[in-house]
This record gives sequence, C-alpha cells and structure tokens, in this order.
Amino acid sequence: MTVKKKDNRALPGKTLMRGNEAVGEGAIRAGCQFFFGYPITPQNELFEYMARRLPEVGGTFLQSESELSGINMVFGAAAGGRRCMTSSSGPGFTLMGEGLTTLATAQMPAVVVCVSRAGPGLGRISSAQSDYRLATKGGGHGDYQCLVLGPASAQELYELTYKAFDLADRYRNPVIILSDAILGQMMEPVTTDGLKWAEAPEKTWVVRGKGNNPRKVIKVAPHTDQELIEWNRNFKKKYEQMTENEQRHEALYADGANMLVVAFGSSFRIALDSVVRARDEGVSVGLFRPISLYPYPEEALKRLLQEGASKLLVVEANNGQMVEDVRLAVCGAAEVIHYGVGGGYVLTPDEIYDEIIRFDRNGRHQ
Amino acid sequence: MNGMNIVSQKPDAMTDVPFPYCPGCSHGIIHRLVAEVLDELNITKKAIGITSAGCSVRNWRQFDCDMVMALHGRGPSVATGLKRARPEAVVFTYQGDGDMAAIGTGEIVHAASRCERITVIYVNNGVFGATGGQQAPTTLLGEVTTSYPSGRDPRTSGYPLKMAEMLSGVSPDSYIARVSVHDIKNILMAKKAIREAFLVQMEDRGFGLAEILATCPTNWRLDSVQCMERIEKEIIPHYPLGEFSSKRKEAHQC
Repeated sequence: MTVKKKDNRALPGKTLMRGNEAVGEGAIRAGCQFFFGYPITPQNELFEYMARRLPEVGGTFLQSESELSGINMVFGAAAGGRRCMTSSSGPGFTLMGEGLTTLATAQMPAVVVCVSRAGPGLGRISSAQSDYRLATKGGGHGDYQCLVLGPASAQELYELTYKAFDLADRYRNPVIILSDAILGQMMEPVTTDGLKWAEAPEKTWVVRGKGNNPRKVIKVAPHTDQELIEWNRNFKKKYEQMTENEQRHEALYADGANMLVVAFGSSFRIALDSVVRARDEGVSVGLFRPISLYPYPEEALKRLLQEGASKLLVVEANNGQMVEDVRLAVCGAAEVIHYGVGGGYVLTPDEIYDEIIRFDRNGRHQ
Repeated sequence: MNGMNIVSQKPDAMTDVPFPYCPGCSHGIIHRLVAEVLDELNITKKAIGITSAGCSVRNWRQFDCDMVMALHGRGPSVATGLKRARPEAVVFTYQGDGDMAAIGTGEIVHAASRCERITVIYVNNGVFGATGGQQAPTTLLGEVTTSYPSGRDPRTSGYPLKMAEMLSGVSPDSYIARVSVHDIKNILMAKKAIREAFLVQMEDRGFGLAEILATCPTNWRLDSVQCMERIEKEIIPHYPLGEFSSKRKEAHQC
C-alpha cells in the first residue's frame, strides 16, 4: 500500500481552501495513509476531506465509534509503521488523553489535530482557544509531553501539518496541531506545490510479524519499577531535546519595542490589526507569536526583553491559559497582563487596540 | 535417548519464561492452546499479539511473536489499526472479561460489527482477577465478590453479560464460539475453536472470537479441582458452550 504520486491526483499549485482542508492536504502530502476519527464540529471538514482524499492516494479512512477508539486505532497503525492521524475538538480531544499518554509512552509517531471550540463542558461550537492547557500540559496521566504546534493561517496549517509528521518520526512522539474554529472554517489561498510528496521513513521498531528476526514488543508498561524509572529518565532527555531544538516563533515590529502583544493562532491574526494601528499612532508595540506551543519559544521572548520590552500583553480567546507560560518564561522580568474572554467570544481588533493603549499609559513596569 | 520419542513439548510459539499465574488458573492452559495453534497454522512469524490490562498483561513475555500492549479495553481498536496497516499480519488480542466486557465494550462491539479481520481470545472467569476479585460484568447472580460482598443482585448491579451471544448478533461475517478448558475433552474442543477463530481471519472470512470459560482459584476462594467442578456445575449452565456464529468459506456474504 504505497502512496500514488500521479500528478493528476495532486491539487493545482494554488487553491482556495478551508483551514481544516489545508490540514488534510498537508497530511496527504506528508504521506499520511491512515485517518481514524469521529465526527465533531468544528473539525468535520478535515474528517470529510480525509474520507474523500485518502482513497485517491491509496490510503485508508475509518470512522471510529469514539475518539477513544480512534486514537487507539492510530496507535495500532503507528505500531505498524504507517504515517497516521486523527482529529477532534475539545470534548473529543479530552477523550484522547488516554491515547496520547499511551502513544507517548510507547514512543509512537502520530499527528493529532485539535480544532478548538468553546468550552468548558460540551460548550458551544464557536471558536475559542480554551484547549491550550489541555494540548500543552497533557490531558493524559503521567510525565509525558507532546510537541504542540499552533498555526495561524491556512497556508501554515498545511505546512505545519506536513512538518508535524517529520517531527513525529524524528522524536518518535505524538505531535499535536492546535487549531480552532476560526482557522478551521476560514477560507484562504493555499500554495500546495512548495512541499514534496513524502513517505513514512523506514522504522526499525515496527511490528509486522517477526519473520526470521528476533521478536519486537511495543510496551506501555515496563516489567520492573527500575525499568519505568529508566524510561522516565529517557523521556525527560527527549523532552529536553525538543525544548532545545524545536522552539518556533514569529516576531513582528518587535525589535526595541516597549510592549509586545503575545498571541497565537487566530488571536494573532486579530491582534495584528490592533498592533499596526497602535504603531501608526506612535505606540512602541510589537507582536510576538509562538508557533511551537510546546516547547514554548521562551528563548526568543527572553531575548526581546533584553532588547527593551518591558510589557507583555497576552491576548488569547480564553480566560488566561497561555499567559501562564509567558509568566514562567519571563520570570518576573516584565509586566505581564492577560486580555481575553472565554466561552466563544470573538475578540475584535478595536478592543485589543484599546487594551494596548490602556496598558501603554498605565502600570509601566519600573 | 534410545528407544524413546518426544510425545509432548513446549510449543515453539512460547518463550521459556515461566508463567506468572496462580496455581489452577486457566491462563496457562489457554496460552498453551494459542501457542499450539500458532505453531500448527505456521503463523508465529507473521502474528502480532495485543495484550490487555489485567492478569494477562504479562503475556507479552510468554508468546514468542511480535507483541503490542494496549490500554484497558482498547485491544480491538489497536488491533484494527494494526491490521489495516499490516493486512498481511495475523493480529490477535487476548482479553479478560473485565477488559472486554466492561471497559472495552464499545471497542469490541464495533470491531465485531465491522467484522474486522482480527482474532479475539476472550477469557471469561467472571471476576476482576488482577485487582483483587471485584465484580465483573460476567459475575453470576448471587456470586460474592469484593465489590459486592453480599452477592450480585440484578436490581443493583445488573445481569451477567453474555458476550459471545451478544457479539454474534452484530457480526454476520464471523466465527464466534464459547468453549471451556475444565477437562481434557473441552480443552481439545477449545483448541479447535481457537484454531477456527484464527482461520476465519486468515481466510478473510471475517472476525474471529473464542470465549473461553476460565478459573480464578485465588478470587473464587476455591482449589483447582473445585474450580473445574464449579465451571461444569455452575458456570456452563449459565454460559452455554457452542458456536454462535460460523462464517464458512462457502457461505454467502451477508
């Protein structure tokens, strides 16, 4: 079952796509051959895109009976050495917590997409960034960590999903794409031909029946206490390597700015207008966007503090989640405030602009 | 040695690791039967076993084939992903009744309804063994467990789940049978059922499941012989043996 690479099956160079579809095409381009998932709004376009597109490239789509089951099917396909993916939104993503810790423990590469909607509880299907903590801090039990990427456009959803499969294989670890209803539903032009068709690399640890070789065991529980301590030591090393090598960010107008608006994903797109307007009026403000949400790009943020930023306005569509990581990163070296509303309220450029002006005039960090 | 023949030995599909199970526990017999079938069908080299949570979680050390550990109840989903990814492999799960009939009901029902080409070895001893003898969905009415010390009362904790019957109702393309390993005759019949549960997968006829009635001397508070007698006198009358679904080669697609 190999990916067919006929040109007529590929999309034309530039296509108008929803963010959710861009994720799907990025996955197809990366050689993802298996998708297991369960319907939930606002990720359905991704799910249906894979249902349509995977058979065209010789892949398999399977609608699972729950997210719990879906992520365990991902475990099976990953154990078999295939590039595979699942996707959901908050309520379903919560159910995947068990699977995520299992994938991380078994060191299985897989890509998991969360198209956030407003929580808590069943919440509503409007857009929010309230799954930041769930994605970056866990959701499953134990000392495990997933890489988390936070794209901000359809183009980036396409490219980072593609990248996520490489990262998953490189670190033998699940990678989460944290999107949201705005990004998922929004249609933007996507240039698809910048990325080569990829395939899953050869993996030595795959189970496929032992043949004439020694048997392989993919374990999620060790045989002894000592073994588990050793596992955790190795996991820690791996997560430190991720922290060292995989910090990604974008900084706009940030050099020498007194104030930085810190925002990821859709909030970044909204805040961009506010920052440009405030700058036009003479406010010394820039924009910092974490692209990797785990590891948090704290090195770049710290550098900007050294270059003069003393106020950080953290804008996110929730009650204050990423702000915790910002506070940890700057460790008291800047004044940090949060602006955001939870529950599905869509922030406007005007109110973020007002907040920039208020923060600029008051509470200057000494 | 001169004049002597080997008449019985450890199956090749089994490692040299001693069984970790309690004396009188049926897991040993069932492991051996599975290993004998792997040998006889010559599939050890392409078999992948999925372990489940519970006493049998340790069986990745016993079967000399590729193994994957699944979390509690999720074996059929892991097996589904694996079989779809590696259709040439022979994939089997080994699950207890806590794993399959309690926390994993969703996974097994839908794997069965998809007639997934996997084999399920379902070991039913009517109790949560590894955690200390709590009530399972399969515990008989009136049976005393550590979670219901005055015995199972259907008014408060429901009726025993009959998985083989239930699953055969949702899985047209399948082989589903209930067998027991409490005496020699039944052990031989159990082996036939396990073999058929593998063949139905290998010949792409459907989903295979062998429900095997098993003992738990430690939590039943009985010795080995009493356990075997209990299976015959108390368990089989409630859980009748036999084939509940049998998709043969010549049968039409449902």
